[in-house]
Amino acid sequence: MTPQQIRLIIAAAIACLVAAPFVLNPFSITLLNYIGIYSLAAIGLALLTGVGGIVSFGQAAFVGVAAYATAWVTALNGYSPWLGLVLAVILTCSIAAILGFVTLRLGGHFLSLSTVAWGLAIAFLFGNIQGLGQHNGISGIPPISIGPFALVESRQIYFLIWAIVVAVLLLCYNLLDSRIGRAMRAMRGGNTLVESLGISAFQIKLATFVIAAFLGALSGWLYAHLGRFVSPGPFEAIMGIEYLMMAMVGGAGSILGGVVGAAIVTLLKNAVQDYLPLIAKGASGQLEIVAFSALFILFLQRARQGIVPFLAGFLPELKKSRPQPASPLPCREQPAPGTLLLKVSGAQRRFGGLVAVNNVSFEVRSGEILGLIGPNGAGKTTMFNLLTGALRANSGEIAFAGRSITDDQQFHIARSGISRTFQHVKLRPRMTLLDNVLLGTYSRTGTGLLAGALRLNQAEEASARYEALQQLERVGLGDKPFELAGNLPLGNQRVLEIARALAADPTLLVLDEPAAGLRRQEKLKLAELLRSLRADHLTILLVEHDMEFVMSLVDRIVVLDFGSKLCEGEPAAIRNDARVQEAYLGGVA
Amino acid sequence: MTADIAAILAIDGIATGAVYALVAIGTVLIFTVTRVIFIPFGDIAAFTALTLAALDAKQLPGTVGLVVVLACMACAMEVVSLARAGELRAVPKAVLFYLVLPLIVVGTVWLTMRFTPPMPVRIVLALLLILPISPLLDRIVFRPIADASVLLLLTVSVALHFALVGLGLLFFGPEGVRTEPLTSMAMEIAGVHVSGQTVLILTAALVFSGLLFLFFDFTLIGKALRATALNRTGARLMGIRPARAGTIAYLLGSLMAGVSGILIAPVNTIFYDSGFLLGLKAFVGAIVGGMTSYPGAALGAFGVGLLESFASFQSSTLKDVIVFSLLIPVLLWRSLASQHSEEEVEE
Repeated sequence: MTPQQIRLIIAAAIACLVAAPFVLNPFSITLLNYIGIYSLAAIGLALLTGVGGIVSFGQAAFVGVAAYATAWVTALNGYSPWLGLVLAVILTCSIAAILGFVTLRLGGHFLSLSTVAWGLAIAFLFGNIQGLGQHNGISGIPPISIGPFALVESRQIYFLIWAIVVAVLLLCYNLLDSRIGRAMRAMRGGNTLVESLGISAFQIKLATFVIAAFLGALSGWLYAHLGRFVSPGPFEAIMGIEYLMMAMVGGAGSILGGVVGAAIVTLLKNAVQDYLPLIAKGASGQLEIVAFSALFILFLQRARQGIVPFLAGFLPELKKSRPQPASPLPCREQPAPGTLLLKVSGAQRRFGGLVAVNNVSFEVRSGEILGLIGPNGAGKTTMFNLLTGALRANSGEIAFAGRSITDDQQFHIARSGISRTFQHVKLRPRMTLLDNVLLGTYSRTGTGLLAGALRLNQAEEASARYEALQQLERVGLGDKPFELAGNLPLGNQRVLEIARALAADPTLLVLDEPAAGLRRQEKLKLAELLRSLRADHLTILLVEHDMEFVMSLVDRIVVLDFGSKLCEGEPAAIRNDARVQEAYLGGVA
Repeated sequence: MTADIAAILAIDGIATGAVYALVAIGTVLIFTVTRVIFIPFGDIAAFTALTLAALDAKQLPGTVGLVVVLACMACAMEVVSLARAGELRAVPKAVLFYLVLPLIVVGTVWLTMRFTPPMPVRIVLALLLILPISPLLDRIVFRPIADASVLLLLTVSVALHFALVGLGLLFFGPEGVRTEPLTSMAMEIAGVHVSGQTVLILTAALVFSGLLFLFFDFTLIGKALRATALNRTGARLMGIRPARAGTIAYLLGSLMAGVSGILIAPVNTIFYDSGFLLGLKAFVGAIVGGMTSYPGAALGAFGVGLLESFASFQSSTLKDVIVFSLLIPVLLWRSLASQHSEEEVEE
């Protein structure tokens, strides 16, 4: 498919939406209104859960906060619904920001459990605050008016609801295709990956969380003014899981999935309400929730992928054009060859009683390839993690380019010019090669959330895309930039990681066992690539196991054994060192 | 608040906390062995209370229907999956385990009910009826996705809770129940009135946690469960079947939830949906303990009980809000206190 065809499909879909209220009966329009409203909350969850990997059971609470806020402003205090919208959005986003600030540092299921907790706490509040009508709710909410036109009938508010849904869809797709959106999509790869790219994982999580709440707020505002009545019921825990179901059934990684999921769940609920009484008279109310939960469980067991990704598999592939030459991104000034770049002095790291790295000191000079070697358990990986900020040293100091980075966070270290690769490759397998490398340009670009969503970033985006393509070409993967990263063989995946690291324009490239698991031919090609990078005056620190690979490549070697530095020197000297031979072979034969 | 009131609230809180502790320990047990955060656990406790109330009223409890339905489903699923794997020889054993055993339990209850059994027998019957539910649910719901991420299992578990609430309404009806007190004794400790029920609750909590401790440290099955909790693959290599370990964990956990349901039934009115809050508060306790430590979970649960008791004195309508809101600082403290290793990555 070409972009023109996609635009045509979008135009046709919008035309159908516009025509719908003139064709359908009032009941169907009301149903469509609710689908649109639920879509907004579900799109928020699709972003948060599907893209960002944060499973939230609390979306219903955010919808509720907004609905109650606008109800309070309009029905109880007599102000305009538009003021209600402002307050609803501000209140919801503030609450989300505070909750997110407190809980988003939590790991995986703890975070989700906390969403159950605050979701419940907020839902309980609605029923128990005197000023909000307690369990009776608030009635008499006025309709939204645009100028002199009050949107009283469902046919009228229909256009407002679906205009908002379409706008949100477009903005979200733009956002996901921009700098911040790529960072959001990388979040499922784990904090270490995200931070190694110079991205603050916490900031991105918080942004995603607040956006999800914002969409929930829009949904709640429309909900209150469509039904003209709010009560605690629709914002309870069960609704939280219904939103989750919408997002997941539609296809959790897909924004459009939010709309499709909302439609399916709403229509299904409607059908269940219609047909269950025919099957089981009298017990339909109870059976409805059972049937619903059972269907959701069955879906989670059998078809986790969701509908939109499943259907998208049948569509012809989208034709993408190769990035065209554009003005280059800003570059760092590389230090003169031979100057001191990295200085580790007396670094120590303990795990309980085990001293994994004990008083290790060494230096890396600009323009060289330094190899950090040692037998299993020597402390190489721990040393590596200290350098990149994944772990903190208990004592000692690490200075990079004359500045101490001992206490810096991972993403700060990455931004100061240290780029890394991973021993167990951390790529985003469902993203293209180009998008993976684009992740590396994060710290060199500056497009914000809004600019990304509104596509005000095209010049910078073009530069970043061209830079990414150039890095792909530099490592020899430039022929298929739109291939999915997961389809590459391991050797090329490692090379892709190097391209991503290069896209950050580093002064020091640190590679964690880059030759591990590679075949001989792949190793030779990798060594050749690293030599060509050294020729470009890049400094490389290499943690490696494979002696042959290291000896033929590096300028100097530091040997670790049992956490301490054994010796350092040129490859030939290290090869003949009796202590090194003893460490590796267990005594000189 | 005077010292007298504080003492009364404290005793009340400790009693509630003991009930939560039983559920919390069961929760931790199931989480460590199967990685499932079993939200429906509170429902199991509530269903036990409802079952006992039905037995007291000389009615056939709704649990009977629930167990029969679940047993048929689990048996059908097991037979189909065995047939697909071509292991037809294992079918009779599966039918025995998933269908005949639960039906024997149901039959026993049905027969015994004709003789108006005394209270202790009714309690045993209620517990017997409750025991098969969790293992059967495990077979139907969790076994097909045993290797999925904790987050997915959690989502399924929350959905399962809502299914159970619906089933609870269907099988038990909307009426709340309160069973007759297990004891009418009372005593004065340091000038404060302590009911026999409170003492009973505390004793039961202590005895069951003690038994669990002995079970884990001194029996081979207990050790197998601990091994599965630490490392599923490793345990499997040692000949321990994670599925069987899971079943045992569910049985033990259900027993603890059942006991807590029976203990709480004379104190609080229990409805078909009362389990949610009970389970979640026990969870808050378990989370305070980090979801992996039994003494931690028990202590956390006592903390929740005390907090709830004092919060309800301040504002009875907002006590649940207070309990759940306080989970957030606790979680924060836990996340700061423990360095997380790289999280599970799900594609």
